[in-house]
Amino acid sequence: MTAALIGLPLFGAATLLLGGRRTNAWGHFFAVAMSASSFFVGIFLFIQMLGRSGEEREAGQHFFDWISVGTFHVPFGLHIDQLSMVFVLLITGVGTLIHIYSIGYMEHDPNRRRFFAYLNLFVAAMLLLVLADNYLLLYVGWEGVGLASYLLISFYQHKPSAAAAGKKAFIVNRVGDVGLSIAVMLMFVTFGTVTFEGVAAGAPEAAPSHVTWIGLALLLAACGKSAQFPLQSWLLDAMEGPTPVSALIHAATMVTAGVYLITRAHAIFDLSSTARTAVVTIGAITLLLGAFIGTAKDDIKKGLAGSTMSQIGYMILAAGLGPAGYVFAIFHLLTHGLFKAGLFLGAGSVMHGMNDDVNMRHYGALRTAMKITYATFGLGYLAIIGVPPFSGFWSKDEIIHAAFGQNIYIGLATLLGAGVTAFYMTRMMAMTFFGEARWEKGVHPHESPATMTAPMLILALGSAFGGLLLMFVGDIEGWLEPIVGIGHSDHAVSNTILIPVTLLVVLVGAGYGWMTYGRRPVPVVAPEHVSLLTRAARADAYGDALNEAVFMRPGQYLTRALVWFDSKAIDGTIGGLSAAIGGLSARGRKLQNGYARSYALTMLGGAVLIAFVLLLVRL
Amino acid sequence: MKNSFEYAALAPIVVLLGAGVFSILIEAFVPRTSRRICQLFLVLGSLALSFGYVLINATKTLVGDPATNGGQTHGLRQFAVNGATVIDGAGLFLQGTLILIAFVAALLLAENQVDPQGDAFAARSSTLPGSEDERQFTAQGWTQTEIWPLFLFCVGGMVLFPVANDFLTMFVALEVFSLPLYLMAGMARRRRLLSQEASLKYFVLGAFSSAFFLFGSALIYAVTATMNFGQVSIALENAGQDTLVITGIGMIAVGLLFKVGAVPFHQWTPDVYQGSPTALTAFMGAATKVAAFGALLRVFYVAFGGMRWDWRPMFWVVAILTMLIGSILAVTQTDIKRMLAFSSIAHAGFLLLGVIATSASGLSSSLLYLFAYGFTTIGSFAVVSLVRDAAGEATHLSQWAGLGKKSPVVATSFALFLLALAGIPLTSGFTGKFAIFTAAIDGGATPLVIVAVIASAIAAFFYARVIVLMFFTEPPVDGPNVVIPSWFTKIAIGVSVAVTLLIGVFPQPLIDLIVSSGIFAS
Repeated sequence: MTAALIGLPLFGAATLLLGGRRTNAWGHFFAVAMSASSFFVGIFLFIQMLGRSGEEREAGQHFFDWISVGTFHVPFGLHIDQLSMVFVLLITGVGTLIHIYSIGYMEHDPNRRRFFAYLNLFVAAMLLLVLADNYLLLYVGWEGVGLASYLLISFYQHKPSAAAAGKKAFIVNRVGDVGLSIAVMLMFVTFGTVTFEGVAAGAPEAAPSHVTWIGLALLLAACGKSAQFPLQSWLLDAMEGPTPVSALIHAATMVTAGVYLITRAHAIFDLSSTARTAVVTIGAITLLLGAFIGTAKDDIKKGLAGSTMSQIGYMILAAGLGPAGYVFAIFHLLTHGLFKAGLFLGAGSVMHGMNDDVNMRHYGALRTAMKITYATFGLGYLAIIGVPPFSGFWSKDEIIHAAFGQNIYIGLATLLGAGVTAFYMTRMMAMTFFGEARWEKGVHPHESPATMTAPMLILALGSAFGGLLLMFVGDIEGWLEPIVGIGHSDHAVSNTILIPVTLLVVLVGAGYGWMTYGRRPVPVVAPEHVSLLTRAARADAYGDALNEAVFMRPGQYLTRALVWFDSKAIDGTIGGLSAAIGGLSARGRKLQNGYARSYALTMLGGAVLIAFVLLLVRL
Repeated sequence: MKNSFEYAALAPIVVLLGAGVFSILIEAFVPRTSRRICQLFLVLGSLALSFGYVLINATKTLVGDPATNGGQTHGLRQFAVNGATVIDGAGLFLQGTLILIAFVAALLLAENQVDPQGDAFAARSSTLPGSEDERQFTAQGWTQTEIWPLFLFCVGGMVLFPVANDFLTMFVALEVFSLPLYLMAGMARRRRLLSQEASLKYFVLGAFSSAFFLFGSALIYAVTATMNFGQVSIALENAGQDTLVITGIGMIAVGLLFKVGAVPFHQWTPDVYQGSPTALTAFMGAATKVAAFGALLRVFYVAFGGMRWDWRPMFWVVAILTMLIGSILAVTQTDIKRMLAFSSIAHAGFLLLGVIATSASGLSSSLLYLFAYGFTTIGSFAVVSLVRDAAGEATHLSQWAGLGKKSPVVATSFALFLLALAGIPLTSGFTGKFAIFTAAIDGGATPLVIVAVIASAIAAFFYARVIVLMFFTEPPVDGPNVVIPSWFTKIAIGVSVAVTLLIGVFPQPLIDLIVSSGIFAS
């Protein structure tokens, strides 16, 4: 059954890619069907799992020995437990909704079949990532989602910017992937195995320095995939891809793989406070950086991308808090998956109505033109800024609470992040749906078709009530406890004080946003004379400039130097050597003169040589 | 001493030699039109039967102590015909390898579709090249089915060679498989003068080397009063310091090194490889190397194993010369068959590392290398036989330019064989080289391995050059064509490709099989 989860979308992708044009007519429905079947299989497994008690919910399935060389054994096995289960439901559930949405969104695209094939491929790879029972197989899924992400970011191949964005995402992700491969190698060296079980069992006895290095390498991997500082720069460019892709891959699922990785490797992080501190620090930096970038973006998708970075920063931070935070990291991951997918689909719907314009300065007053989009986006908005009882409130508040339990500064960072989030989301809301219409000529905003609005409505319901359901009906803490454990640190600040304070901060952020963008007219052209901070935020906090100065330029110089060295020193040596060998060869050929008599003489000479050497040894 | 003849143990050899006799009867009594089909059934059938007997022998319950057999409880380990032959695990593996190679080679020899005139052999080899007789027989479409008895005797001799346990039996086996080869080498349909020249050179030089072998055996007998390997080994423990022994070892080495094509006894190789019909070159290049190395390993592991400190330096010198000269001379070859011939010389050098190691891993890695090399060689010569123009095979390298565009499948399989010969990972060549280099390092021959790696680097050049030529060069205007062969050649190439890839990607089952077949019995 578990294999069917992955097999169905993989089969869909293969059918669409290999079937070629013949599948054009029905390919997208087939892809939706495969994704939906996978979802139903997931539901079935979930119900089965509910029927068992906490300790018996883990199930593994061994298929074959993937690699078996000497003492190195890697099984090809799937493993499903409570943690994988929530991911399976998120990936296939949100994935299916976005498949359905894409039917409408990609209706007029000539390459629709290819798009759906890649979406199916992504779902399959992502499921492999969360269902693998060892780190090496996880790595396969990890690379698989990276490939799907690359293919989908650069889906509009005719646009050079899309091609460049795809490449950028791929290259930046490579840096993170090196981290994962180093981690896997270190695991093999340290534990002699790369299975989750073996690593968890061996970690307490391993040298602490090894465990710390593995943790840091895993963190590097997580930074790449989840767009965390300092590998965050690709995510903003990744918005070049079609909007459903941004919603599914670059908001709800793939970018949260880093959080999954850290949570899955909790046995490592539980033992290394250094690695945990690094995780928390990275999370805190990114959550502020992403929010900061989000405040100045006029491109609605880039604004949401900044927000995604920031929210994943929350999750990473929570995961770095150890047992006190894992559950909330996953909790926030789930609620974020719902509301952020909803927000992105809403943004896609707006773009759909605005002739694919992404500049919010050309929007305004859309709440009347696109009522459903307004309502669903609004619910997502309330969820992300954390207004009770919407879903973001429950998960984010728990993270802020846990962060204060760890360290006052970390706590303040999360609190500040909440305020900035409220500001930029209010700004986005105001610029898009309120104020006066600043539409370009010839643009007639209209509501999107039902295939698009239906998934948006479902996700909006999730944004509204998902948190409540998971917290009180689903008992997410009790559900995940057997896997990641649960710990309560000594909370410096109790929730009774913290919740009002948080809400106050959110209110201030939202109010300031409303005052700046809701009450005052928004200029159609972005003002040029702005503060240094705004400029920094517009330039993605100089992430690209930094990369260029620190890596690209020195890299170019290094390449040039190497090319020089290669052509002068290495090629020179090789050229000389090969000329020498060629000369020797040409001379040696003369010995091969074709006369049997001279061959026989050579043999005789050889026999003498052999006798000579043999006798020489005796002396 | 009671005379004995262990039919079961010798069945693989008896079947083949018996089939050879039967094959002559077919030549005598079956009408000419149905000879070919009868011979093909006989040859392929007897090879299959013989292989079946090898399998039966290999799965028999072991008699004796498993400790002498690598801990394995299965596999025959028996001296037959009063100790003249020995059937042991390694011998059985060599026999099996030889029969499989012979089977694939028989398919190539049976090919008669690629040349509009018929198969690879002269219509009647008794006619003078270029004569009116020759033209007539060719025009009438005669084919020479006499190659099949020769082939069967040849394979029979080869299957006996690596299991011979005394010098006399070994010499007889050597002649049994060499003489048919000399003959068949001279029977090419095209370029017959070149072919006859090759045949004569091979014969003269082969006779010269046989004389060395025989004289060496006589010297050993003079000191030890026995021909039997095991008894020689025991006798040499006492008499090892005799100069006669050293000379004898040297002369036996000359005889066997000639057969494997090691420098400085290699000069026949390019001429014979080039002149022989290509299908025969494929068989000779693969099977002779397996049989001769099998015998060389047995002689120097079993009979002279105790004297390894005396003969190792000599093999070092030969191995270094062979690897370097083979690789360096291949660089400037312009004929593809000559290039492959020099490459086979270089490979003989690599294989000598396994002899020098004189250890269980040296033996097992040599067997692995031989198996891998045999199939790659057959496949590469099979491809050579397909690239033709009006005058026959187009073997000049310049004619191979742009082959990848004309026939991607054939060029790709040839590229695979070249990569395997160069020892690139994921091909069988890498697996074999890695194993044999490891064994040599464990045997204390690190400097030799360094030379081997340098030679491999030089060799990589000329293999890669052909790949570049095939795929990245524009084809000449009046270049040769790739002929679509019959299923015989297709199967032969397909099997070679499959083996080359399989051993490259999943070597473990074969390695396990070889390791479980144990060391030579003594």
